[in-house]
Amino acid sequence: MSAAGPAAAIASAVRAGDRSAISAVEESLAAIDAAGELGAFNAVTAEAALARAGAIDRAVEAGEDPGPLAGVPVALKDNICTRGVPTTCSSRILEGWVPPYDATVVDLLGAAGAVIVGKTNMDEFAMGSSTENSAFGPTRNPCDPERVPGGSSGGSAAAVAGGLTPLALASDTGGSIRQPASLCGVVGMKPTYGRVSRYGLVAFASSLDQIGPMASTVGDAALLYSAIAGHDPLDSTSIPEPAGDLTGALAGDVDGLRVGVVSELCGDGIDGDVRARLDAAATALASAGAQVGEVSVPAAVFGLSAYFLIAPAEASSNLARYDGVRYGLRVPAPGAVDMNVATRTAGFGDEVKRRIMLGTFALSAGYYDAYYGKAQKVRTLVVRDFAAAYERFDVLLAPTSPTVAFRFGERTANPLAMYLSDVCTVASNLAGHPAISVPFGSGSDGLPVGVQVLAPALGEHVMFRAAAALERLLTGAQAPEGATEPVEAKP
Amino acid sequence: MADRISRADVAHVAWLARLQLGAEELERFTSQLGDVLDHATDVEALDLDGVPATSHPYPVSNVLRDDVPGPGLDRADVLAQAPDTEAGQFRVPPVRGESP
Repeated sequence: MSAAGPAAAIASAVRAGDRSAISAVEESLAAIDAAGELGAFNAVTAEAALARAGAIDRAVEAGEDPGPLAGVPVALKDNICTRGVPTTCSSRILEGWVPPYDATVVDLLGAAGAVIVGKTNMDEFAMGSSTENSAFGPTRNPCDPERVPGGSSGGSAAAVAGGLTPLALASDTGGSIRQPASLCGVVGMKPTYGRVSRYGLVAFASSLDQIGPMASTVGDAALLYSAIAGHDPLDSTSIPEPAGDLTGALAGDVDGLRVGVVSELCGDGIDGDVRARLDAAATALASAGAQVGEVSVPAAVFGLSAYFLIAPAEASSNLARYDGVRYGLRVPAPGAVDMNVATRTAGFGDEVKRRIMLGTFALSAGYYDAYYGKAQKVRTLVVRDFAAAYERFDVLLAPTSPTVAFRFGERTANPLAMYLSDVCTVASNLAGHPAISVPFGSGSDGLPVGVQVLAPALGEHVMFRAAAALERLLTGAQAPEGATEPVEAKP
Repeated sequence: MADRISRADVAHVAWLARLQLGAEELERFTSQLGDVLDHATDVEALDLDGVPATSHPYPVSNVLRDDVPGPGLDRADVLAQAPDTEAGQFRVPPVRGESP
């Protein structure tokens, strides 16, 4: 393994004047064009991307530094608002909507010199674990086109796994970055809640949503994360303190690092292939000097039940705004309420309707205490169980997905079976903690398996340290020498 | 196991959520939502007495900014995305005189 991932390599070559941003973007656009059958993109912004790349090349020629992502093509999940470019959430109800503003992460990517090449497919409104819930057709897994890429960020995962873009942004409400990363064999990371601005991210469940990076290496994921992390006054849940820089994290060894393997996520319901790769990861870390032990986090499993009441409850409120009045679809009817009903009935797909109804039910009079109220108490237990685990361990290790990539249609008839795909990931969202999925080999059928490193709130540095070590242990590579850190401190 | 959610419940929440369901959908959604609510009963094994609720990952209080006017979104840009407008405003069908 070279010290620099493909994104870092492009950026350093463009900054040094050794390579044009135009060539990097043309290469990405050609790859996207050639891989149309993957269904990874809802929109490709070729013209704007080439114009932007040209401006970056002129800046380099003029002796300016375009930034740490100079000329790097980036794909955006289609729930991140882009001024002048349609943002659909893969839903009929937003088809053709053109946001009048950019998300904060889009501004930050621009400031870092990145080039946005398009918007990626997803489960409608980020509700799903297979990208089969897109209103515009599914995305295929580049590792096996007969299988799903995971979800909800299946398009972003496929874009990176298929080599269409070196980087992609996605969002994670219950595992939507990490699970597709695991199923497609790439790196996917959910930051600490509040670390990355949600301004301009179309809301699903506001207390759980977080934007994060997808990349083919841990170093590239850290590079992208560093470009988007930080305080934003436009997001009232944004953490005011500056994001700590990751200097040293990628080259740090794991000697003495205390790693707890979550025992509840090693047993029933987790495929043998996945358990085998988790065991291999734990063994590798131990051989590198980490102190590996088992730790019980009971609420990690109960969290799923809480998640499937809390997330739909918040979604039922957030999605009330799609009423045919201010933007998006309107199905005409003689009266306003009839118009609301006709618009929502035609505009939302089945999974979105299920979650809206589940959330409305969990919040409704007579059921609130039994469902939503109880789920919020379970959320407290998740926070407490993690706090107890982090008294003994620096990071936790768990599977990302209970299975490898599954076949199309395998779980669509049974929503509960699909929901169980998220069992290993939702607890981090409930607690607001960071977590990253790192590819760690493959199962007996050759399909990729990711393992997950979890850390306490604001624990990105130690999380990246463990993740980078895992990546090196898998490839047998040495730690990058001294000053090869591609990550720059943010002011 | 007792049904955790009835067809009447689903029809009621569909109406609250401004969704219209056909007969087949009502049947299917009732069964699917019942499965999810059944699964959620695994938390009944937990002792939740006296456990406070968590609604947010961090204790957040009101976040205020300095009261300095700044530019908002351009009205024409915003209205350009609306299904129907009139005189610089969103236009909707009549609200009065409808069924509730």
